[in-house]
Parts: sequence; structure tokens; C-alpha cells
Amino acid sequence: MSACTLVSVSTVLGCHSCFRVDMFSKGTKRKFSDDGGEMSDESLGGANVSSSYNLQRQSLLDMSLIKLQLCHMLVEPNLCRSVLIANTVRQIQEEMTHDGSWQAVTEAFCNGSQSPSERLVATEVLCRSREQDAEPKLFSVISYEGCREEEVVADETLCSVSVSDAASNVCLSESVGHCWETGELRVVESDEETSEGSRLGPGDDDDDDEDDEDEDEVDEEEESSREDSKSMGQVFGTFEIKNGSSGPDSALEELFSDVDASYYDLDTMLTGIQSAPKMGPYDLLDSLAPSHGPPSLGSPSNCRSDLNELDHIMEIIVGS
Amino acid sequence: SRDFAVGFNFHSHPNSADVISTVEFSQSGEFLATGDKGGRVVIFQREPQGEYNVYSTFQSHDPEFDYLKSLEIEEKINKIRWLPQLHSALFLLTTNDKTIKLWKVSERDKQPEGYNLKDEEGRVKDISKITSLQVPVLRPMDLLVEASPRRVFSNAHAYHINSISINSDCETYLSADDLRINLWNLSITDRSFNIVDLKPDNMEDLTEVITVAEFHPHHCHLLAFSSSTGTTRLCDMRSRALCDQHAKLFEEAVDPASRSFFSELISSVSDVKFSHSGRYLLTRDYLSAKVWDLNMEKKPVETYQVHDYLRSKLCTLYESDCIFDKFECAWNGTDSVIMTGAYNNFFRMFDRASRRDVTLEASREVCKRRAVLRPRRVCIGRKRRESDICVDSLDFRKKVLHTAWHPTDNIIAIAARNNLYIFQDRHSPSGHHGMNVNELDIF
Repeated sequence: MSACTLVSVSTVLGCHSCFRVDMFSKGTKRKFSDDGGEMSDESLGGANVSSSYNLQRQSLLDMSLIKLQLCHMLVEPNLCRSVLIANTVRQIQEEMTHDGSWQAVTEAFCNGSQSPSERLVATEVLCRSREQDAEPKLFSVISYEGCREEEVVADETLCSVSVSDAASNVCLSESVGHCWETGELRVVESDEETSEGSRLGPGDDDDDDEDDEDEDEVDEEEESSREDSKSMGQVFGTFEIKNGSSGPDSALEELFSDVDASYYDLDTMLTGIQSAPKMGPYDLLDSLAPSHGPPSLGSPSNCRSDLNELDHIMEIIVGS
Repeated sequence: SRDFAVGFNFHSHPNSADVISTVEFSQSGEFLATGDKGGRVVIFQREPQGEYNVYSTFQSHDPEFDYLKSLEIEEKINKIRWLPQLHSALFLLTTNDKTIKLWKVSERDKQPEGYNLKDEEGRVKDISKITSLQVPVLRPMDLLVEASPRRVFSNAHAYHINSISINSDCETYLSADDLRINLWNLSITDRSFNIVDLKPDNMEDLTEVITVAEFHPHHCHLLAFSSSTGTTRLCDMRSRALCDQHAKLFEEAVDPASRSFFSELISSVSDVKFSHSGRYLLTRDYLSAKVWDLNMEKKPVETYQVHDYLRSKLCTLYESDCIFDKFECAWNGTDSVIMTGAYNNFFRMFDRASRRDVTLEASREVCKRRAVLRPRRVCIGRKRRESDICVDSLDFRKKVLHTAWHPTDNIIAIAARNNLYIFQDRHSPSGHHGMNVNELDIF
């Protein structure tokens, strides 16, 4: 099952980035429109105009995040382009934070007015995080209503972006995570723990053994690394795909290969990014290695966690 | 009436799959070099009749693999710059993302014959069979143009090289990547001096990259570099070794009312060119070309809208990544006309004195030998003329990113994908009278 999912992910990702963007710009039903009435202190007419602007802004944000994530794996990405897109994301985020619409977004999510299946993506993202506290989370802002499930999965594994505004000290992910967690995370957590337990069994490879030993230090390391990760530098790093792939499928490998910050030859940035929560209990232990340096490409534990995550996602989708 | 451009040369690059990535006339204009995505350089020579024909072709750069980063290094030639020609041999600098090379292109029309120890094919002779000695002589042969790399300047750039510029002293040159500018001596390959460093201590704070850098044509201590935030800086190497502090900063304030999320994107400077006189700077951003007086930093003295009709389509262009296209610009020999490319294989020229402009198209269908280029027009609404083209019909895959103007004459080279077009002004090819665009349709 997970193998099939991975394959479909790769074919989806194989297509031009524009395809994904088109999907968003072409009349994606907006979560806002459902919650239009809940947006406070605006007359109906004003709400229409501003929500239209908000939609456009959201669309631009989504587009930018995707652009940052989908990049050539073989050749170093264009730094100028990345910087310009990251600046755009930062601008949008600042504006959204200042005019409070980001708060509205998080509230919208928390209201649970949407059925769980529609909130899949959001849930997924949250499921990965273990912390109850509102720590900077990697999340995907993208709304997936109307998407095919494969695409949802694809974005899940790839689209973890932490966009935090250091200046305003309001971390988007933070606020979002907080809301989402209270809403639906709990349902999933028990599953996570179970799977995690099985993954960490003694039969696993060396990496896991190491991780076991260092388990006590995980939280601490993660705290500090999460502090580091609080910045736009995250955006560069989420070329993501934190998970290395050692699979025989070269396309998969290509897509899921770790993004070495060596893309930009920056050890410090790398450390910050790689140590960022890799979304998920499985990743928490993995993130230990990265905090000391770039993880090796195709480390088996990363690959396995990836598969486990997808398994997990599939379970939720299927509703088992 | 005068026609704008006639006398048309057309060359398709040897491997039609390869896109031309740079075009540059030599300092005398007798030669024209193009580089392509496949790492090849083609040099054209101007014939007495005025046409440019292929003179030499060589493989300048090969694809490499960076094993440490597990990334490919493209062989695409980003820039070519000519050294002044001192004798019969030609020297030019070529660069890809990581390595700069100095090439010597020389002619050979004689070869030595009559060696004692080697036969005609170069095989070593059997010594015991040699009965007499002869003196080797030089005999004429068919002209052979050889290119050989004389210097390789490598390992000095952690980021992608976007510019090279030869100093007026002809001894040094600069190379610029996204974050740094290095100064080299043409004879020394194992050492370069860093003169500009934009890399922040914490890469997470990175918000600006260098896009283009160029030396002043006359003052060997002055250089200009532009950035992705829309600023152009003039630096004086005499004031300090590291030119992070600029001597001048050229930036036009953006009207707050018209600010949008795309403002920074479209303000990013894609090319910078000093005028031949050294008095002005020409900068190209996404929608316009600006002429700056070096003595005035606050705003440009002239602004030319290249394709303002795209302003309402920025979101679509962002989506398709077109908004990141880097258009080059050029001055004519007398600094009276500027030229830059656009989409749909269009390129535009602006006469600074009369403020008139023209749009022309570089495409095989339109261009035939000895034909006159007809001005084109882009309309936003209804077509008013047959030759008009609607904004929505523009082909954004056809972009004229690279253009070059002969240093003295009215000859221009336009690169459109894998095709090179060379246009000459029939009436004033020598350029004495400048380009006459007075009698052309304007819009």
C-alpha cells in the first residue's frame, strides 16, 4: 500500500510545478469562504472585497511555498530565485500576521466546521508533531479541498515549511499548531506511539540503536534546534524532503533525497533546518543525527520513517 | 524613407538543441562570440562584405559533478568577455557557474614539415633507416583556427557565477557570484581577492543577492553591481579593500500606493551596463530599463517601459517563473540608443534624444535575407492593425534575453533560443549618424 502511494507521489511530483500551482489558482474552494461569516468586524460588502484580497494573498503564499519546495534535485537551485520567493513569503506572512487574518485562519481550522476528511492535510501535518506546547511547527498552509488523495500525500511529505516572523514573534506555525493540536491531534497520537514503538524495536538497524541511547537528549536538542529553525532560513532548507531515500527507485531517491544545506554551503543553516521537527514521532529521533550535521543521503531509518508516515497517512485516509 | 534594419544574418547553433546563453562583440567589433547551454563557444568573424561567418567553434566547459554536494555543475556558458586584441591572437574569458577560463584563439596557416625523427604522420622513424639530415621547413597549409585554454580560474566561488568583467587596466578582472565578487589577475590562477561579500553571518538572514557586476569602462577603481532588491551600487576600490560599503547607491523609491507583493520581484535588476562614455549606467529590471546619471543616486534620469502591459499579469508570470527571467540590455556605440529584449522574440530599442521607441521581432518567419524589419506593436485591447499582437497571444517561451550591440557600428546581435540573428542598419551601417527611428511608427 505504501509503495503504491510513493509511486503515485513521484508521478505527481514529476510534473511541472505549474501544474500544482494551477490547481490552486483555479478556483480552489477557499476555507475562508465557508467561514466568511465568522470574520469579524466587517460589513458584507467589505468582507467580499477583503476576502477576495485574502484569497489572492493566500493563493500567492501557497504558490510561493510550493515553488520553494519543488526544485531541481540534480543541479543547485537558483539562489536568486529562492531568495526572491522567500522574501515574498515573508512579506505575505508579515502582512497576514499584522492584520490578524492569520489568527482568523487558525480559528477557522479549530472550529472544526469542516469534516475530518477535508481537513486531512492539516491533520496530517499536525499529527507529526508530538509537542503539546505551541512550539514552532512545520506545517502546510495549503488547502487541499478538491485534491486527489495522492496529491495530498505528496504535499504532506514534502511541504513542511516553517514560516516564522522573528520580528513579530508570532510564529504562524505556532499558532496554527496550537489550534490544530487541540482539535484533532489526540485522535492520532495513540497510533503514532504504537507505530513508533514498533519501529524502535531491537531488530532495527544501527541508527535506531543510536537513537535509543540518545532518546533522553532528544527533547533538549530539539528545543534548541527548533529555536534555530525559527526563521526564513527554514524556507531555504525545506527543499526539504528531510527524509533520505535509499530505495532502488531512482526517481524516489531523487525526490526524497535530503536537501543538503550544502546546496548553499552553509553548515549553520543546515543544522538549523535539519534539526527542525521532521514532522512526526518517527522523525524526532531521526532529527538527532541532523543536529550534528547533514544526515547522510539515503539513511535507512529516514526511509523507513517516511514509509511509516505514509502508512499512517493512508490509515487515516482510509479511516481504519 | 529610412529603414530601420536590413542586412540580416542568421545562424542556427550547431546543435539546435542548445540554447544560446550569452552573446558578446569583441572590442573592435570584428568578432562576435556566443556561448550556449552545452558549454560551446562559437566565434563569428566579420567578412569584408559585412556579414558575420563562423570563425571558430570550441568546447569551453564540460559538465562536472560535485561529489561533495552530489550536484551537477552545468556547463552552460553564463558570460563571455573579450580582451582587447593586441596581435593576431584573440583572447576571451568564458565562465560557467563555477569556473572561469581564459581562451586563446589563434590562426595557423603554416606547418613544419621535414622532421628527421618523425614521419609525416608523426610516427617515430626507425633511426637505423635515417641516412641523411634535413632542416624542417614551414609550408603553407589551410587556415586552421585553434582555441586553447591558457588559464583556468577555479574554486573561487561557492555560489553561481553570474558576471565577469575585464578592468580597463587589462590586467585584472572581476567575477561575481550570488553573494561575492572576486578580483583576479589575468596571469594568476591560484589566487583571487574578495572585494564584495554580501553573505550574512547567518544565512537565514539572507534577503539579497548580487545579480550583475561590471567594471567602469575608464576608471579602473570603479565597479558597479546590482542586486535582487533593485539597488545598484557603485564601489570605489581605492577607499578600502572590501567594498561592502558602497560609494554610491542607485535606487528609486517605490510609490507606496503601487506597492504589491511583486514589487520587489519586478525591481530586481537583471542587467547593468555602463555607457561607453562612462557617465551613465543602464539598468534593466523586469518591466523597465533605466538610465542613471552617475552623479545622481536618487532616481534615474530616464525610464523606459519595456513591456508595461505585463503589469497586470504578474501573478501568472510568477506562477510560470517567467518573472525570474533575466533580460540583458545594451547601449549603442554613441550612447544615444538603448536596446533590450522582451517576450515573443521581440526586442525593443529606445532613442534617448527623441524618446521614440520601436519593437522588432527576431524570428525566422519574419526575417529573410535583405528584408526590412517591420515594427511590431503589442495591444492590450482590440487589434487596430493586422500586424498588432494581443498581450494574451504573446508566447512567453520565446524570450530574447541576450542582446549585443556592435561597439561602434549599427550592428546588433539577438539571441532567440538557439538562433542568432545579426541585423545591420542599411543606411548607416557605420553608425555615424546613429539609429534613425524618427520615421517609424510609435506607440
